[in-house]
Amino acid sequence: MSSEIEVVITGLGATTPLGGDVTSTWDALLAGKSGVRPLTHDWVEKYDLPVRIASQLVVDPTEVLPRVEARRLDRSEQVAIVASRQAWQDAGHSDDTVDRQRLAVIIGTGIGGAITLLTQDDLLEQQGLRKVSPLTVPMLMPNGPAAHVGLELKAQAGVHAPVSACASGAEAIAWAYRMIKSGEADVVVAGGAEACITAIPVAGFSQARTMSTRNDEPEKASRPFDTARDGFVLGEGAGIMVLERREFAEARGAKIYGRLAGIGTSADGYHITAPDPEGVGQSRAIAASLRSGGIDPSDVGHVNCHATSTPVGDVAETVAIRKAIGDHPVLTAPKGALGHLLGAAGAVEAIVTVLSIRDGVVPQTLNLENLDPAVSLDVVAGEPRKIKLDAAVNDSFGFGGHNVALAFTPA
Amino acid sequence: MSDNVLSGLAEIVEEVAGVAADDVTAEKSFVDDLDIDSLSMVEIAVQAEDKFGVKIPDDELANLKTVGDAVNYITSNK
Repeated sequence: MSSEIEVVITGLGATTPLGGDVTSTWDALLAGKSGVRPLTHDWVEKYDLPVRIASQLVVDPTEVLPRVEARRLDRSEQVAIVASRQAWQDAGHSDDTVDRQRLAVIIGTGIGGAITLLTQDDLLEQQGLRKVSPLTVPMLMPNGPAAHVGLELKAQAGVHAPVSACASGAEAIAWAYRMIKSGEADVVVAGGAEACITAIPVAGFSQARTMSTRNDEPEKASRPFDTARDGFVLGEGAGIMVLERREFAEARGAKIYGRLAGIGTSADGYHITAPDPEGVGQSRAIAASLRSGGIDPSDVGHVNCHATSTPVGDVAETVAIRKAIGDHPVLTAPKGALGHLLGAAGAVEAIVTVLSIRDGVVPQTLNLENLDPAVSLDVVAGEPRKIKLDAAVNDSFGFGGHNVALAFTPA
Repeated sequence: MSDNVLSGLAEIVEEVAGVAADDVTAEKSFVDDLDIDSLSMVEIAVQAEDKFGVKIPDDELANLKTVGDAVNYITSNK
């Protein structure tokens, strides 16, 4: 018996702007596809919004879920359910593979049920109290995605919902690591879900001047690390992982994608939205992930970056990477293709990182044509790069100064 | 018992809770037989009020245990 508990990944699930599942998302990412498309909603014209593009799901969750189930769920909950079912099945779990008191669910979201909140507010305003759905609160609460998945799986070790803006999905996976390490759970279903492509988030992010307005070239709008980047592109989707104590997974004969070797979290204490340009907090999170995983910085071959395609954030991250790891890792930024899935971003990109290790390939950063000279690190562009990885780090940062780093190693 | 009210109510129950309309028969209990929770009952009541032009106050709703109870209440109050 090994003295230390190891955390391994046994199941993956996702629905993203690149595909309705993990395989199609991964294939589209490697093929250089973009999930960004024009927004056709009437509210774009109505409010004359400066942003008219978003990274939108390929497969609408209402096409996958039974009608009655879908109508009881906010869109952020729908995508969580869709991705969780894929991950649970992929892990080879069934009703009797784990004691429910040893099973936890941790799913984060940045915004929660914004679409429900706005829809129900309209009903209240226009048609009165009687028309407000009795399901309004369970649909809009940010713990809704975790709660619904937890209920479906009857998870009783705990159901949690970290809310740390764009770090939420990664933070959920970090919590899962801690629960397994501390012995509180054998199996944790963890990740992030987000679906808030509606008027007020677009208006709010626009007013903060954080979004790309490259409306005439949607597929080129998200371009992390490129000199012509002008902001992020709002996206939607969900990514879910099944994480397990290694001995538990091996005992039931589960396939193992890889190992979550270490995690690191920190806070900037700098500004409510802007990252610390010196990358101090971010580098502390990255360094902590390596320390907790017993990984030497020289062994980190790759960093899957948070880089959202904003002018300030992308450079700050590379400062942090250089500080914590050095200038040798090969970088990529999947948001060039995926857009920014906010609370789901960290989880979907953690899945991408795990697949990069498994397949020995780092996807290209879509739309990276002219590398910002302030970056001066090796960022994969143009086409995927084959590279054998002994360790890779996935960064996620959120408004509020939340920093999460996840360090993965091969199975 | 009004067949029109029964079939209209069955349509609402199917829409809200996904129970096949054919299964919505007078003797069925909303909770025990049709597995309808208290939140869905509120939705069903609001839709029934609109469809049949009745008022179903909360204290009356609590007494409507079976589909037949609801049909009788609607029929005698519309």
